[in-house]
Amino acid sequence: MTRHSPPPPTMGCSDAPVLKERGQHEVFCGLTGIIWLHRKMQDAFFLVVGSRTCAHLLQSAAGVMIFAEPRFGTAILEESDLAGLADAQDELEREVDRLLARRTDIRQLFLVGSCPSEVIKLDLSRAAERLSARHGPKVRVLNYSGSGIETTFTEGEDACLAAMVPALPATDQRQLMMVGALPDVAEDQALDLLGRIGIDNITVLPARHADARVGVGPNTSFALTQPFLGGTHSALERRGARHIPAPFPLGEEGTTAWLRAVARDFGIDQARVDAVIDAPRARARKAVAKAAESLAGKTVFFFPDSQMEIPLARFLTRECGMEAVEVGTPYIHKALVAPDLELLAEGPVISEGQDVEKQLDRCRTARPDLTVCGLGLANPLESEGMTTKWAIELVFTPVHFYEQAGDLAGLFSRPLHRRDRLKLEAAE
Amino acid sequence: MKLSVWTYEGPPHVGALRVATAMTGLHYVLHAPQGDTYADLLFTMIERRDHRPPVTYTTFQARDLGSDTANLFKTACEAAFDRFQPQAMIVGASCTAELIQDDPGGMAETMGMPIPVIPLELPSYQRKENFGADETLFQLVRRLAEPMQRTDRITANLIGPTALGFRHRDDISEVTALLEEMGIAVNVCAPYGASPKDLTRLGAAHFNVLMYPETGEAACRWMERELKQPFTKTVPIGVGATRDFVAEVGKITGLDARLDETRLRLPWYSASVDSTYLTGKRVFIFGDGTHVAAAARIARDEMGFEVVGLGCYNREMARKIRALSKEFGVPALISDDHLDVEAAIAEAAPELILGTQMERHIGKRLGIPCAVISAPVHVQDFPARYSPQMGLEGANVIFDTWVHPLVMGLEEHLLTMFREDFEFHDDAGPSHHGGAHARREATDTPAQDAPDEAGNVIWMDAAERELKKIPFFVRGKAKRNTEAFANERGLDEISVDTLYEAKAHYAR
Repeated sequence: MTRHSPPPPTMGCSDAPVLKERGQHEVFCGLTGIIWLHRKMQDAFFLVVGSRTCAHLLQSAAGVMIFAEPRFGTAILEESDLAGLADAQDELEREVDRLLARRTDIRQLFLVGSCPSEVIKLDLSRAAERLSARHGPKVRVLNYSGSGIETTFTEGEDACLAAMVPALPATDQRQLMMVGALPDVAEDQALDLLGRIGIDNITVLPARHADARVGVGPNTSFALTQPFLGGTHSALERRGARHIPAPFPLGEEGTTAWLRAVARDFGIDQARVDAVIDAPRARARKAVAKAAESLAGKTVFFFPDSQMEIPLARFLTRECGMEAVEVGTPYIHKALVAPDLELLAEGPVISEGQDVEKQLDRCRTARPDLTVCGLGLANPLESEGMTTKWAIELVFTPVHFYEQAGDLAGLFSRPLHRRDRLKLEAAE
Repeated sequence: MKLSVWTYEGPPHVGALRVATAMTGLHYVLHAPQGDTYADLLFTMIERRDHRPPVTYTTFQARDLGSDTANLFKTACEAAFDRFQPQAMIVGASCTAELIQDDPGGMAETMGMPIPVIPLELPSYQRKENFGADETLFQLVRRLAEPMQRTDRITANLIGPTALGFRHRDDISEVTALLEEMGIAVNVCAPYGASPKDLTRLGAAHFNVLMYPETGEAACRWMERELKQPFTKTVPIGVGATRDFVAEVGKITGLDARLDETRLRLPWYSASVDSTYLTGKRVFIFGDGTHVAAAARIARDEMGFEVVGLGCYNREMARKIRALSKEFGVPALISDDHLDVEAAIAEAAPELILGTQMERHIGKRLGIPCAVISAPVHVQDFPARYSPQMGLEGANVIFDTWVHPLVMGLEEHLLTMFREDFEFHDDAGPSHHGGAHARREATDTPAQDAPDEAGNVIWMDAAERELKKIPFFVRGKAKRNTEAFANERGLDEISVDTLYEAKAHYAR
């Protein structure tokens, strides 16, 4: 079959030097992941043990308040909790009792650690054990940390999924585990494609409901759909499962490479795979090409946000013809993003961590055509005449796999279109 | 520990951020972990500010905790000073940094900065956002303002407006115009738009206008004591309050109380016959104390509504709101738990809620229209158009805002008349909101909380059909009253007659 993507670069960014920065970070903490995790796991409740700041963050990061009674809340620590730690466990028990009495539909409860609970060393794993004994087997209580001193934005999802792994039942079945909390529409498409390719035994972590039997063992191969799942990756390997390295399924090229890698792992020949994916591939290419018209030849600058930056830069440069100036990411899991780095042509600055003032200076000097950044920076940069794309949309919107490839390109082309369209400058 | 799903107020350092962001030439160095930088988006997204808030977060991480977070703070202070060259700095800790006890204030003092550095002590585990704003402004004023010669012309300071405030931007224009009409100029407006240098000139004004007690009262009290400046006690929201405010300013200054009412439309709009349908509309009022108190007076005296419940989420205003509720003969609800508020609203079954964005959502769930009168704010609360709450234009805006969610004049009667029409029924909502208006749910929803008094009373079919003919906004109340009536009399069935006997029983 004809090759539609450019050939891989002779020297990708695998060994490119990484600019490591340590200064003011302008990023969310891991608690933010609750916003999409609680929608994904419909019988789970996320109870943050933290401060008023945590509660305020969750409500503000949701942008608009999700007022259908949300399946998350904050047990706000008060002066009395800080004074005598002895009763913090009892306090938590009381709040959880009340919560579970009111919400009988809850089957999984996540106790989520925060900056304050970490600093005062509140032992949430012990609390989870005690509460599991009290409310199990109906309700399973797990704990993880979403604190800003330990996790950055999407690392919260990683911590959550990693916490689920030790509790998974063991299985010797040969199976594929697809890992990452994707919107249902993208997940269903992936399951359908994998099924048609010939992989019958597939589980998804996280499952939509606690009842779903998700097991793990030495005959489990797992494929990640998100690049930020380093902790989950290690936890699964500890259970004997094997990782299938692949570029992430973003864009046509990424999706194809990801599906082929999975198929190879299951000994399915490429002809069979291609027969299934030819049509959706063609659709994806067509959809991307349309949005790419306005992206080709333009420069893009990534501020660190979701760890999706490297695969996204690969997509934008190889499928949309953009030129990456800087690809900033909070953390680089080499083991996970190596296949994407290989495909990313040398040239851009790859930066890890952040010193936001210095990075803003670099961005202003570079004057990229498009800047991908967080919500705190977007409007200030727009007012300086730069075109921006808020990064948070990339984790809330279905962007994975073929049918969303055009939408993904569209997320980046829309701000540029808009700028072209508006005729608001005063007459000279 | 207290379980909270939604909060009316953020932590106190967000209050400090609101003051810093409203000002120019001030920089805030906040000892905080990286996640706390979310606060920037409140200003850049919700308020659409085109600049980053003037804050440097130290963004310490777990690995710093064992080593030297204090040094991190010092470096951040120096870097912030070098880069932004502020006239003054405020320094403090967020909730997490408060626990590691680095004492940012003390450290900053020893650094020998060539500008005033004002330490903030904001107890994160006791107080909230409004306190943080009030305290920050107070500390700034106390440090920077001093007694000085008054201006020749009579001038006033406007105290209290902050970034992320409910319509503060436009209230400033309106109050400035009110004062201008009396021949009074504004000396300094703070914190909104003021620099630290401006704060040193506060003492030149003859008096202070306390626009928002939530965020400006401590500063006004200090200036009254130290700078001998009286301050106004009336918040000019509503027609009566604006007139009172002008009279109060006249009394303080000895100037004629002048108020040009040619552009004031609320009184005529309220008197015109189309507004007859507003008479006795049952309203529930909830928000911050200042806006609730103002709204209660407008609702009763200027719109002809019946106030069936009121309350505030900021405990600092509890006494004032309790006194007010006594005057209005309704119970006061002082709570920052939105589930309590929801239960109280469901119980009162009002026809209109005047509340915050939280009550707007409660209203959506209960099928009760709501107009927003107070913070916490949403992007919708920063309209592009001029939209004050204070002064005469504020009164006009309030009339429109409160009436908009309601079914208009004759339409209400037509709805009652054609109740069973498949397109034109009371579940469809006001026609000026378009067909997209969500179908309303019954008002008697939170059944799981309510004790099941009706457990042994059965509604007969005819009575149930009759109940459905009652407009949705009183249906819940009618149902509960009828059931209570039946219970009291030991009836185990409700017939159409029982329904109307109960109606007659409860009629006032």
